[in-house]
Amino acid sequence: MSHEDLYVDHDNAQWAFGTGFTDPLHGVDQRVPDGIDAGDLAACCLALGDDALVSAQRLAEWCTRAPELEEELALANIGLDLLGQARLLYARTGRADGTGRGEDAYAYFRDPDGFRNLRLAELPGGDFAFTITRLLVLSVWRLAVFEELTSAPDPVLAAIAAKSVKELSYHCHYAAVWTVRLGDGTPESRDRLRTALSDVAPWLGEPLTDQTAAGLGAESAVVADRTLRHLADVVVRAGFDPSEVLPLGPASAPAIPGSGRDGDRTEHLAPLLTELQSIARAHPQAQW
Amino acid sequence: MSGTDRTSAGGPVRIRDEWPLYEVFVRGKRGLNHVHVGSLRAPDDAMALVHARDLYTRRNEGVSVWAVRSDSIAASTLAEKDPFFAPSGDKVYRHPTFYDIPDDVPHI
Repeated sequence: MSHEDLYVDHDNAQWAFGTGFTDPLHGVDQRVPDGIDAGDLAACCLALGDDALVSAQRLAEWCTRAPELEEELALANIGLDLLGQARLLYARTGRADGTGRGEDAYAYFRDPDGFRNLRLAELPGGDFAFTITRLLVLSVWRLAVFEELTSAPDPVLAAIAAKSVKELSYHCHYAAVWTVRLGDGTPESRDRLRTALSDVAPWLGEPLTDQTAAGLGAESAVVADRTLRHLADVVVRAGFDPSEVLPLGPASAPAIPGSGRDGDRTEHLAPLLTELQSIARAHPQAQW
Repeated sequence: MSGTDRTSAGGPVRIRDEWPLYEVFVRGKRGLNHVHVGSLRAPDDAMALVHARDLYTRRNEGVSVWAVRSDSIAASTLAEKDPFFAPSGDKVYRHPTFYDIPDDVPHI
C-alpha cells in the first residue's frame, strides 16, 4: 500500500481511514502560459510559499506545548495545511523562475536573506492568545488573497488557490471562534487577547499594502478591504471596538518600517530556519 | 462558555478539569449512519465540533460529524446485560433469512 494508492477510491471497506484522496493539480497544465510575467509569478509563489512555510513552523512549535491535546492537534493540522500549500507554491516557483529547483531547495537551502515572508509570520510564538490572533490575521488576509487568485491567469496558481481557500476558510473559522472565546472568556483571557491585538497591529500594514499578488489578479486594495471587514467582524464579536485595535483606527500603533517582501527580516527568522533546515543540511543527500 | 467557572474576582480559573467530555460520531463516505469513533473534551458544543473535525476526520474519513455531550447519552449498564439482551439470543426466527434477497439490493 503506497500513498499513491490512496488517491484511488477502491470502494471497499478495507481501510478504516479514508481513501479517494484528490490531487489538487491533477490534469492541470504545468507549463507557464504565454502572456504572464514569469518573474512576477515566481516572486508571488515564493512570497506566499514563504508565508506558509514559516507560519507552519511556528504552529508546529506548539506540539507538546499546547494547553490541550485537542488544540495541539488543531494547530498542527493547520500547520500541515500550510506546509502543503508551501510545497505546491515552491514547486511552482521553481518552474516559473526557470531554475527548475525542487521544493526542498527553497525550504532548506536558502538563507534568511533569501526569504520574502511577511515579518508577522516569523515573530516568536508568544502565548496562546498571540498565536490565535496572528493566525486570525494571517488566515483572513491569506484567504482574501487566494479568493482573488482562484481566477489567476496561471492555471497552476489558480488550482493551488482553489485548494487553499477551503483550508484557509477553516483556519479563519478556528481562529475566530477562539478569538471570540478569549474576548468573552475570563478577565485574564480578555487581557491577553487585548495585548495580542496590540502586539500584532504594528505589523498589519505589511500584508495590507502587499503588492506581491497584484499582478496576478489579487488587487491590493480589494484584499485589504475584505481583510479589514472580516477582522472587524470577528473583533466585534470578541467584544472589542475595531477602531481601537485595528491598524487604521485612531489608537493604532505606528507601522514598523520596511517589509519582509523586500527582504527586511527580524532577528527571529534565522533561529527558526536553523532548526527547520538543520537535518536537511546535515544530510544533503538524504532521501525522504 | 459552558463548563467554565467564571469568577468575577479575576482570580485564576481552573478550566482544564472542567471541559466536559463529548462523544464523536462520524459518517463515512460509504456509510449510511454515523459511527462512534471516540471522545474528546471541549469547552462548548461549537468547539467540540471543531475538535471533532480535527481529531477524527483528518485522514479523509468523513462527510458528516456529530458531537454530543457524554452526559447526555442514556446508556445501558453491565448489570442490565442479561435482562436487556439475553432474551433475543434464542429467537433466530427474527432474522429474515427465509427470503431470497436479490444481489443488487444494498444495505440489508
